[in-house]
Amino acid sequence: MSALSAPPTGPARAALNKKVLAADHPTWCPGCGDFAVLASFYKVLEKLNYPQEKIVTFAGIGCSSRFPYFVNSHGGHFIHGRSLPFAAGISLGRDDLHVFAFGGDGDGFSIGGNHLVHTARKNPRMTYVIMDNSVYGLTKKQTSPTSPLGFKSKTDPWGAFDQPINPMRTLINSGATFVARSHATQVNHMVEMMYRAAQHDGFSVVEILSECVEFYEGAFDAANPRKGGAFQTIEEKKHDGTPEDAKRHDPTDELAAFQLALEPWPGKFGVYYENKTRPTKNALEQKLIAATREKTKGASDLELLQKTFARMR
Amino acid sequence: MQELSAIREQSFYYHRVDGDRPGTQREPSNFMVSLNSPSNNPEGGPAKAAPNRTLNDVVIRLAGNSQDGIQAVGGFLARLAGRSAQEVMTYMTIPSTISGGPSIFQVRMGTGDILSAGDRADVLVAFYQHSYESHRAALRPGGVLLYDSDHVTPNPDDKEVTAVGVPMTSATVEAVGGSSKEKGKNIYVLGLLARMFDLNVPKLTQLIKERFGGKNEDIVRNALLAFDAGYAYPAENLHHILYKLDQPAPAPNARPQVTTDGNTALTYGLITAGVRYGAGYPITPWSSIMETLRTELPKYGGIFVQCEDEIAAVSTALGFSYGGNLAITGSSGPGLSLKAEALGWAVMAEIPLVVVNVQRGGPSTGLPTSVEQSDLMQAVYGSHGDAPRIVLAPKTVEDCFYTAIEAAKLAREYSTPVIILTDQALATRIEAFDEPDLPKLMIEAKPDLAPRPASFKPYPLDGLTRHAPPGAVMGSGKYPTVSGLEHDELGHPTANPALHQKMTAKRREKIKAAAKAFAPLEVFGDQSGDVLLVGWGCTYGPIHEAVGRLQSAGLKVGHAHIRHIHPLDQDLEKIFARFKHIRVIEINDEGLYGQGQLATLLRAKFCNPAIGSITKTDGLTYRVSEIVERVAQDLGLTNIKTGARKFSVLAEQSRA
Repeated sequence: MSALSAPPTGPARAALNKKVLAADHPTWCPGCGDFAVLASFYKVLEKLNYPQEKIVTFAGIGCSSRFPYFVNSHGGHFIHGRSLPFAAGISLGRDDLHVFAFGGDGDGFSIGGNHLVHTARKNPRMTYVIMDNSVYGLTKKQTSPTSPLGFKSKTDPWGAFDQPINPMRTLINSGATFVARSHATQVNHMVEMMYRAAQHDGFSVVEILSECVEFYEGAFDAANPRKGGAFQTIEEKKHDGTPEDAKRHDPTDELAAFQLALEPWPGKFGVYYENKTRPTKNALEQKLIAATREKTKGASDLELLQKTFARMR
Repeated sequence: MQELSAIREQSFYYHRVDGDRPGTQREPSNFMVSLNSPSNNPEGGPAKAAPNRTLNDVVIRLAGNSQDGIQAVGGFLARLAGRSAQEVMTYMTIPSTISGGPSIFQVRMGTGDILSAGDRADVLVAFYQHSYESHRAALRPGGVLLYDSDHVTPNPDDKEVTAVGVPMTSATVEAVGGSSKEKGKNIYVLGLLARMFDLNVPKLTQLIKERFGGKNEDIVRNALLAFDAGYAYPAENLHHILYKLDQPAPAPNARPQVTTDGNTALTYGLITAGVRYGAGYPITPWSSIMETLRTELPKYGGIFVQCEDEIAAVSTALGFSYGGNLAITGSSGPGLSLKAEALGWAVMAEIPLVVVNVQRGGPSTGLPTSVEQSDLMQAVYGSHGDAPRIVLAPKTVEDCFYTAIEAAKLAREYSTPVIILTDQALATRIEAFDEPDLPKLMIEAKPDLAPRPASFKPYPLDGLTRHAPPGAVMGSGKYPTVSGLEHDELGHPTANPALHQKMTAKRREKIKAAAKAFAPLEVFGDQSGDVLLVGWGCTYGPIHEAVGRLQSAGLKVGHAHIRHIHPLDQDLEKIFARFKHIRVIEINDEGLYGQGQLATLLRAKFCNPAIGSITKTDGLTYRVSEIVERVAQDLGLTNIKTGARKFSVLAEQSRA
């Protein structure tokens, strides 16, 4: 990259707010759940107040993957299903940045399913927000990996019969160190989940049920009180010794997290699992670098290379 | 991939020790004709010999099984040659099975330009009956067959070569002691060869100590015992096959020589070019590059990630590059196919990336440990949409190093993916070359996080893209998005038809512009005349040697080796116009339209009917004689074996 000679001409840094953070106007359909996710994400960034140039938003392909165009940050729009390894590369190469990846259920659980598992296993420091609408929206109503049994789509007009993915179970099983679930109609809850995810030191994932009003209307009504459903949140253990605390969920308990993930639809919302002890890949790679450089006694790059060639003589 | 353990078989292991060692000096590279070069003896009769004659160069083929350590012996000989300022070239085949199977290592060493590993051998070391039977034909008449008399019974009627039986297995067991069984017979053979060719024993024992030192002391001791036993094999049994290899005079100011294989040279070329980040997935024969990068990059403060698959690898590498650190990913043919979609994105988003493709036999899993040059079209065109990129092809092991540097430079300069098309033969063979001028070549590259002025555009129509990596403050207050959607100058998605046309042209023109900075293409041999031999990749040496032999038939012959596959060198059209015939020599199939892949590209670009194609797909590198015969046949020469040397350099003396 070449240096540019002109001095910075931008204004002095102000606190982040929606006005600063808004970029292109979203291309989503009116009523799409993703609008609320975007608005909540602005609030999360306001709260985090990172230097604006250190925020990176990236995405794969799909309706929700248009997200980075709508956030005024460094970022981009990669290919279908591969935003996670790309974002991991950003995070590992530039540990000073705050990396957020966005996508939908098709991007994350179908074409990118392998990457989800392995990114979780490797635990790079980044946050992944999945806007799950249980349908392919951009391509106009095909069955998605989270479409429930019986869902009628253009590819399953008689009703889907392939077993859907259970996102929470998949994520916990893969080794993600922060796994949470939210609902696009619950702004405060979304903000809290994304905020906690961003602050987690490791690979943090928030799955947000975000309705596609065009192709799967009412998909998540069962968890929407305004549509007669019940939004049941996870009560986390307070470790206060009270009898009611015994019934509360301990997010560090992997088995309890699995049990929560197996609850019948629509299930609960909140932090399913959180592991604060497993080191990030960022930290492990830096540790390797430090240990290796200690062995070479901090030799310069040129010295190292010259030694290597001397050994080839 | 399934051939994972073939990778272990394949990767050449050098034991590395700390500390500098004075290197031997080498004469300036004035071209000398070696005895194996045809022009020296165009009549094809046995060379005139004197007792204990000094040889200019010799070709030794070791044939055994992959677990016999014959690669190690070949490696010792190659490194000895390098340290003695001799030229050296090796060739090996490795079975793709998990362990075992027949394997050969051929080494040609001597003074003068050693350009190929030699068509046929002067010495064949046969460990087993099957080694003897499979490789006897590779021995030149008058050559020496050195066989393990414990395992091999040669044809008693074969008087064409000098057969010398040595009880290699039992002599090794006797020398080393029963516990080690026959391990070490490779080193025993090294001792025999050292005696036969009067090789430098202190240097060889030093190499053995370096190779095995640091392990169990017993191993070094046993290796030296085996070596000494081989060297001490009763001279009366060998007196008729004792030679001496010519030693070049040391030149005090020349650079020391280094000896290594193509994958290693390429890897350190990348490190020299300041590449500190990368990602990959194991596949033969690319894996040794990723293994070295994984262990080397942390020393340089970098990271190499082993990913879950090829797609994740190219994606992670692009993530590193987007962060402002040019990254490398690589693979072999099937893996490049998997990376093709992301490559299209890199073209559209204009993100720099170095992609190494160590070609092997295809399609599909094909011949995973054999050589082929059949990924050229994939490298040039493989993706969707109009996705121009730069493709380079190194021609020698040394050139693997410099091509890596050039690739990194072009990727940064033009913010584009650059593919390095190397191949299995270059990847695994060992050559000696001048140690590069590292202080001059070393590049330090850090992300440019300087604030960008308000006028900054990520995709200017009137200039080269220079991305602002994350961390750079944007003077306009507007932060850029890199996009796989067609976009305007600021990176906003647009389906505007006129803009798509303009942006497509922009991406095309910047790649065309890269050709203007290429070093001029050199033509070796005749600069105009009857036939121009054109090659790319690992065929450089054999084509070069073929020139001399074809010239001995009275033809005016030139050789142009194309390193810039895409875009092509600008001066090609003028060079082509100076020759009556052009023959493009490649290791791939003539395809549905009758030409190899580079020939197809050249015919499409230059519409020159003089361009003809010579191809093959037997999984082996070209022998010089193969090229000479195919070209001679093609041009209607009466003697298609023109310039061929029939007898081994060892011939006269061994018959005396």
